[in-house]
Amino acid sequence: MKKTPLNQVHKNMGAKMTDFGGWEMPVEYTGIIEEHKAVRNKCGLFDVSHMGEILVSGKNAKKSLQKIIANDLNKLEKGKIIYTPICKEDGGIIDDLLVYSLQDDQFLLVVNASNIEKDYNWIKEHLLEDTTAENLSANYAMVALQGPNSKKILTQLTDIDLNSLSYYRFREAKVAGVNMIVSRTGYTGELGYELYFEPEEAEKMWDELMEAGSDFGLQACGLGARDTLRLEKIYALYGNDIDESTNPFEAGLSWTVELDKGDFIGRKKLIDIKENCCQRKLTPFVIRGRGMARHGYEVYAGEEKIGEVTSGSYSPTLEEGIGLAYLKSEHTEVGSEIEIKVRNRKIKAEVVKGPFV
Amino acid sequence: MSVKEDLYYSEDHEWVREEEDYLVIGVTDFAQEELGDIVFVELPEVDEEFDKDDSFGVLESVKAVSDTFIPVSGRVIKVNEDLLDNPELINDDPYGEGWLIKVDPADDSELDELLSAEEYAEFIEEE
Repeated sequence: MKKTPLNQVHKNMGAKMTDFGGWEMPVEYTGIIEEHKAVRNKCGLFDVSHMGEILVSGKNAKKSLQKIIANDLNKLEKGKIIYTPICKEDGGIIDDLLVYSLQDDQFLLVVNASNIEKDYNWIKEHLLEDTTAENLSANYAMVALQGPNSKKILTQLTDIDLNSLSYYRFREAKVAGVNMIVSRTGYTGELGYELYFEPEEAEKMWDELMEAGSDFGLQACGLGARDTLRLEKIYALYGNDIDESTNPFEAGLSWTVELDKGDFIGRKKLIDIKENCCQRKLTPFVIRGRGMARHGYEVYAGEEKIGEVTSGSYSPTLEEGIGLAYLKSEHTEVGSEIEIKVRNRKIKAEVVKGPFV
Repeated sequence: MSVKEDLYYSEDHEWVREEEDYLVIGVTDFAQEELGDIVFVELPEVDEEFDKDDSFGVLESVKAVSDTFIPVSGRVIKVNEDLLDNPELINDDPYGEGWLIKVDPADDSELDELLSAEEYAEFIEEE
C-alpha cells in the first residue's frame, strides 16, 4: 500500500487506518461524529497527501487545457483556482479537479488519488506542441485545515494577510517557515485552507498546525469525516457520485461546463446532453424510515425501480440518514416520496432540496 | 480495549452473560471499537428463534454495516429497546447498557463451545 509522508504520525496518534484506493489512510482518530462536529464548529486537520498534482507548462499550456477541461480558463487569472471536470468524447467524466493558475503558461492540476495515472496519460495524449505535463504527486504533501477557526489558527503561523485571500484563490507563502501554496479551498463547506508543501516538511507542519490549533479546538480528522462533511454539502465524490458513465449535467455540475468557450473534448456530445437533459438526475434525499442508505442500494417508487444510491451515510449535523441517488427525472421533485431497498425491506425516504446543511 | 471476566465470547465478537433463567447477549468492546460510532440498530422480534451463528441483527456505524451473529441457539425473550433511539449506548457501555438481546437458550451445553475471557483476549490479539 502507498503511504503519505504523515503515515507514521497517524499511527502514533492511534488512528484507525484503511485502504483507500491503494493508499493507507486514516479513517478516524477519535470518532467520525466528533471529528465532523469539530470541523463544523471549530476546526479540523486532514492529511490529503494522497491527492495528485500534475503540472502543465509551456507555450500552449492554456490552449491545451482549454481543449481538455470543460470549464473556461479565461475565468482564471494568476492566483485563482477553478473547479472543473475532464470529460471523454461521450461526455462521461474522467475526473473532477482543481486548476491553479501559477503563471500565464503554467498550471497546477490537483486530481483525485485514484485517477492520477489515468489523468496524467489522458492529459499527455492531448497536449499541443511546446507543452509538457509532469506528474509531481510525489513532490507534494497536502493538508486541509477546515472549519470556522481555521483562519485564526493559520494566522499565527504566517505573515500573509489571510483576510485578503478570498475563496478559490491561493498565494505562495511561508507558513511556520516552510514555503508552500496556501489555497482558500476545501471539501467540507466550511472556511478553510489547503496547504501544499514538500513532503520532507510534512511531520513538522502537522505538529506546528496541531500546536497552533490547540487553543482553538483543532481536531485531527480522517477520511470518514471528510466523506460525511462533503456529503452534507453535496460535493460529488469521484467513484461514487460521478465516473465515466455519468455526465456533468445529470450530476448537477452544469455550472462547470462552458459550452460557449470554444471547442473542447466532449463538447459536441455535451451540447446534445444539455438539450435533452436529463433522463436522470443526482438527487438528495433524507431517510424517513428506520435504516441507512448505502452506495449501490436500489431506489423504488412503488414497484418501479427508479434509480440507485451513489452516496449514503448518517449525517452528524442532522442526526439522520441522508444520501444521493441518480433518479428518473419525474421523481426528483422536492417532497417526492421514494423507497430505498435496504437488505430485504424497503424504507421510506423523501427527496429534499440540497445542500443538506 | 477491555475484555470482561465471567462472560463467554464468540469469534464473531459477541459476548454472553449467564443469568439465572436466561442469557444476555451483546457485542464486545473490541467490536464497537472496530465499528466506530454506531448510528442505527436493527434487532429481532421477541419470540423469534435462532440457531447458533444465525444473524440476529444489524449494527450500522457511520461508515459500515455489520451483522451480529447469535453465539447460542435459543428464543429471544427481550430486546434492548433503548438502543433504537440511543444506539451510541453500544459504544459507551458495550457490556452494560449496550446489551442487545436476552435469550432463552435451547441447549445449555453450547456455552461450553464458546471462548473464555482469556481465550478471547488472545484471539483479538491475533486479529
